[in-house]
Amino acid sequence: MRKRPDDAAAPRWRPAPLLPRDPAQDVLLVFVAGVLCFFACIAVICALAAGRAAGGWTAQLKDSATVLVRPTADESPDAAAERAAAALGGVRGVAEARVLEKEKAQALVEPWLGPAALAPDLPLPRMVTVQFEARAPAPTAAQLSAALKAGGVDGVVDDHRRWIGDIVRAGDMARGAAVGAAVLIALAAAAVIAFATRAGLAARHEIIEVLHLSGAEDRTIIGLFQNRLAELAALAGALGGAAAALVAAMARLMGGTDGLTPVLPVAWSDLLAVLACPLIAAAVAALAARITAARLIGGLP
Amino acid sequence: MRYGRAPEVLQDISFELTPGSFHFLTGPSGAGKSSLLKLIYLARRPSRGRVSLFGRDALEVSRRDMPALRRRIGVVFQEYRLLDHVSVFDNAALPLRLAGRKASSYQGDVAELLTWVGLGRRFNALPPTLAGGEKQRLAIARAVVGRPDLLLADEPTGNIDQQMGLRILRLLIELNRLGTTVLVASHDQELVARSGMPVFELDQGRLSLRGAGA
Repeated sequence: MRKRPDDAAAPRWRPAPLLPRDPAQDVLLVFVAGVLCFFACIAVICALAAGRAAGGWTAQLKDSATVLVRPTADESPDAAAERAAAALGGVRGVAEARVLEKEKAQALVEPWLGPAALAPDLPLPRMVTVQFEARAPAPTAAQLSAALKAGGVDGVVDDHRRWIGDIVRAGDMARGAAVGAAVLIALAAAAVIAFATRAGLAARHEIIEVLHLSGAEDRTIIGLFQNRLAELAALAGALGGAAAALVAAMARLMGGTDGLTPVLPVAWSDLLAVLACPLIAAAVAALAARITAARLIGGLP
Repeated sequence: MRYGRAPEVLQDISFELTPGSFHFLTGPSGAGKSSLLKLIYLARRPSRGRVSLFGRDALEVSRRDMPALRRRIGVVFQEYRLLDHVSVFDNAALPLRLAGRKASSYQGDVAELLTWVGLGRRFNALPPTLAGGEKQRLAIARAVVGRPDLLLADEPTGNIDQQMGLRILRLLIELNRLGTTVLVASHDQELVARSGMPVFELDQGRLSLRGAGA
């Protein structure tokens, strides 16, 4: 091996980066992209939590039905409710049919009538709550109605279908809004990267031209920008994702097992979603930088 | 060739550089020497006419094939056009690096060449810290390091002393002997005369040839 005269000064030469670093601009870009990544991660965590909340409520409602019992003239409401519970308890798939206690029935109407109107002799409708077996197919409202009819009880079955539909729709909308926000933020990040690529190409026009005239292939020059911006975006994604995970963890810790609020129950597993942030940020940045750089470099002779 | 809507800088120029030849290109300032070189090293496209390189019409070379064609041409730019953010060594090694060669395969050659042009002690220096003559020598080293088939030099001895100028001339002649076609644009009449090489003279956009071996 030939000995270089200044081997003592530079014993192991390694090719330097062909694009100069601009620390001030890099910090600014990482900050802006990091903030966008933070909001994107928060949006994704909210989407996961909203899905979980809707799923939980739906499961609760799907597993039960409510029956409003109408007593006949020659029977007391309590007796009619007991007979209804007995008839419903025999239906396949029903784990338990229980008469709703009078106090609970009063509590249900109290918000509308007020405590003063709840006289002891106030005739309250009697209700039976039916709990389905978890591992068996749930009986339909028609089957429950048929059981009541067979038992000679007049009653109206509510299988919560209407409420379940509303909750599923609300949950889907919340999830859709959060995912939409995350996508918009990703597009905003792509626009920021495209702008940074454009600015980088303009600032380094002289260097690009020298590389170009020295025989650099377009893909080599594009790769320089693509890799550099992907690297910065990955850093921004890591920082933004970490910040979002921290905020979500605080929400989880402050709210106990339900999270900060039962409406948006954050689970520890939701925090894993931020792990994908650096990769997605890098991929979005690489793509945006590649498209922008290719378009601009294509204009060189 | 013209820039934008300005009058044509070069008109009706037709010449051929035979492989392995050495020519000087002279002419007053503004005669179009740099523009002519730009046409040859594919930095500009002619507004009319054609440029043929290595037997291929440059206008018909696809964008994909252009880098390979450019790598066969070494260029010493008049204004050096060094990469200020990387070292002398990185600048000199640039064409080899862009050609996809491994650093270990050319490290010794680059070091030897830099030492030969008098930059042996400045490997790690950044171009902004170099004197004008050192920059020029570095630009020459970068142009010749890949042993190009065609070397175009725009005033390669403009900022260096006579002794170094002659040394650079010897390097160019040596490169020419190894098979590289050389075209040097220069104001240095003494250097041109001393070389004894044929001269293209460019004046008011027109080209004429004088000298031996034309």
